[in-house]
Amino acid sequence: MKHTIYILLLFSAFLMKAQAPIGDLIIRNGTVLTITKGALEETDILVQKGKITGLGKNLKAPAGIKEIDATGQYIMPGIIDAHSHIAIDAVNEATHPVTAEVKVGDAIDPFDLSIYRALAGGVTTSHAMHGSANAIGGQCQTIKHRYGVLDPSAFKFEGAARTIKFALGENPMRVHGEGRGVQPRTRMGVERVIRDAFQQGLIYKEKWTVYEADKKKNPNATPPLYNERNQTMADILDGKILIQCHSYRADEILMLLRVLKDFGVKKITFQHVNEGFKVAPELAAFGAMASVFSDWWAYKFEVYYSTAYNATILTRNGVVTSINSDSGELIRHLFHEAAKTQRYGDLSDDEALALITINPARQLGIDTKVGSIETGKDADLAIFSGHPLSIYAIPQVTIVDGIVRFDKAHDPADMRLYIDPEESTPTYYGQEDVDGCMRDTDFMFSHRH
Amino acid sequence: MKKNIFAFCFLLFSTASLEVYAQQVEKSTFGTFALTNAAVETVTKGRLENATVIIRNGIIEAVGPDVPIPADAQVIDCKDLTIYPGMVDGGTRLGLQEIESISLTQDYDELGELTPEMDALTAVNPNSVLIPVTRVSGVTTVITYPSGGLFPGTAALINLQGYTPEQMYAGFKAIVINFPSSGRRGRYDKRSDEDIKKDGDKAVKKLNDTWERVRTYAAIDSATMGKAEYNPELYALVPVLRGEMTAFIEANKESDILAALKWIKEQKIKAVLTGVAEGWRVADSIALAGIPVITGPVMSMPTRDTDPYDQAYKNAGLMQKAGVKVALRTNEAENVRNLPFNAGFAAAHGMGRDEALKAVTIIPAEIFGVADKIGSIEVGKKANLFVATGDPFETSTAIKHLFIDGWNIPMESRQTLLYDEFLHRAPGVTPLPVPGKS
Repeated sequence: MKHTIYILLLFSAFLMKAQAPIGDLIIRNGTVLTITKGALEETDILVQKGKITGLGKNLKAPAGIKEIDATGQYIMPGIIDAHSHIAIDAVNEATHPVTAEVKVGDAIDPFDLSIYRALAGGVTTSHAMHGSANAIGGQCQTIKHRYGVLDPSAFKFEGAARTIKFALGENPMRVHGEGRGVQPRTRMGVERVIRDAFQQGLIYKEKWTVYEADKKKNPNATPPLYNERNQTMADILDGKILIQCHSYRADEILMLLRVLKDFGVKKITFQHVNEGFKVAPELAAFGAMASVFSDWWAYKFEVYYSTAYNATILTRNGVVTSINSDSGELIRHLFHEAAKTQRYGDLSDDEALALITINPARQLGIDTKVGSIETGKDADLAIFSGHPLSIYAIPQVTIVDGIVRFDKAHDPADMRLYIDPEESTPTYYGQEDVDGCMRDTDFMFSHRH
Repeated sequence: MKKNIFAFCFLLFSTASLEVYAQQVEKSTFGTFALTNAAVETVTKGRLENATVIIRNGIIEAVGPDVPIPADAQVIDCKDLTIYPGMVDGGTRLGLQEIESISLTQDYDELGELTPEMDALTAVNPNSVLIPVTRVSGVTTVITYPSGGLFPGTAALINLQGYTPEQMYAGFKAIVINFPSSGRRGRYDKRSDEDIKKDGDKAVKKLNDTWERVRTYAAIDSATMGKAEYNPELYALVPVLRGEMTAFIEANKESDILAALKWIKEQKIKAVLTGVAEGWRVADSIALAGIPVITGPVMSMPTRDTDPYDQAYKNAGLMQKAGVKVALRTNEAENVRNLPFNAGFAAAHGMGRDEALKAVTIIPAEIFGVADKIGSIEVGKKANLFVATGDPFETSTAIKHLFIDGWNIPMESRQTLLYDEFLHRAPGVTPLPVPGKS
């Protein structure tokens, strides 16, 4: 039943060919935290056709434009979560240690209430990731939180870099080595699986190069058999896809850096990377980036030797660092997670806010469009009652492409877009019902991340 | 080349293994301390400016602006700093869990449905790496409790200081009861409405049957002057039946909370409701029953899809405003350090800062019957306190000094030691060894 409605809705949305809606508005008299150019007091932001077109005091605005009074409030760029699993129907294709061919973008769920709840925390963009079951997982999808739009494809962030999930350590070892009895069961095996996949990509790429050359001489030359998995590996080798690698321990991080160096791959963001602080100089020298938890640790052995000072150490060593959620709960207060770097370290306000704005934007290849408040950038904005790094600040209005998608003053209790007509006993959700990295492998295990 | 890699790995490994043993380098000290020039948030008697707090033999000996400094006191200048009572977390697994995914490091969930005699204090690991990580945030005292099953065991209040459970024990124990839960649980619960009702009824019957056995056992115990047949499970529950010991009754759904309130009234026992995620729905009933509540984590998802996004943030404040005595918990192990931030969220979302501070200090102390010893800065109480640069709920605040049971505790944990070691690592970067391409 649910599926029929779903398919009908998708179909009708497809027929309409809806483009992502864009809006005009002006925000008056707030403190603007630009991130890249400091804080501007009593400043207006003019938004036209979804873009920031003006930034200054007492801006002139077109007559009749929607006006938001932000007197006494703070405006920051819409928060960006570089690691989440909301808004998707499937997380792990846990059937093979390498599944580079699958795409999270094919499983977007516009009805996921988590999108609205993330907006209520000022988050306008998230990186919907494949899970960590496989050494090389599927391709991920950067999305904008256009909650209310029913066309799944309209959630895709136009022009975002292609990304792919890699995973090192316990998760692929557990799922494949222990769970399925195939390589990898050790960190040695993880290295081999990744090297082999790159090698296959290289061989595949060379076959196509040979064919393209042959074709010029012989119009009847036979092309090699198309293979999406190898093509994806070839695209990584060509620098067309950014690697996003789930990792924890220092040794496995160094292992992957060596592998990438061997294959000439330069673009990588390590995800979680709890022991990144131990090899921060190596990460900085490679140009690798890091997306970390603010304080999660000890939920498994490979994160026992962690420290909440990770983000500060990485930042101070010159590594472009972001703080992510990996959780439908935590995504709602990333501003608070970033603020923890002032408890665990001494990051400035701009440095702390960069962890959830411009830095994740750089990691996802969207930093020319979002991540700071500058004219010409997308009007993805979050308005807070106080400074967003204060525990007492509450998000008031969240704007995506100039459209208000969350407004605390108009926030009905029930924000579902899909209501199951067959449900009679209301469902109670406990703390355990939060999306995570190992979703869709629950049939094998019960642990998180 | 290969040798270099080994040397490199060995270096990494050897530094890593050193840290394992280096969780506390400095030692705690005991004696007479004078904390001078401080602001003091007493919690029970307002805020003092420019005051002095004297600690002697583990006890707060004097508090006030004009307190003479004893000759033997070690003076700690607290200019521009504020003294707060140590925070109390009303529900954790601290000491009972080291690593969440490794079952052999978990000591909170014994086999069986009826195991109230399982004593958390027995299994508390005083040397858990998690403890220093927690206390440097200003959390000095926690409930650590067993879970799983109908009667999972006995919870204990512990100070986060000491090398034996006896040194840590803070003078309160409670029997944990997971009140039978009805209703649909989460996205993977595919039971029919009928099965849900059946399962709920069966669980309540089991609780009542067990309680009938306890009643009979207690009667025999009385009649035989304590010579009833050996039965540790039932024996452990007799003090609860007789109202001599508190029961922590975990109930989260609206219907479960109401059923638990009814059950508590019928059995006439001394009880505290724990969890209480949907307490805001029935706050008036809880207030009317006069049953205190330990709720949290505040940073949770709404329990229903039809609820506002911030309902869990507001829950504690809504109950408190309805007249319920509310203490907070994180329900955590490794991140109990987030208790002040949970309190901050509750404060911001309706509870207010002062009430939120009480909910992590004096209120839990009252609920546990130890308000004469902890929970505020008052003469005669134990020196469980911390000194901060400002509001402890704000992340930008630093905690500068920490006293637990009168011990001056070093502001160190494995996490701070790793920071000290790795902020500017030596040796720094060396070129990556490149093994042959394979």
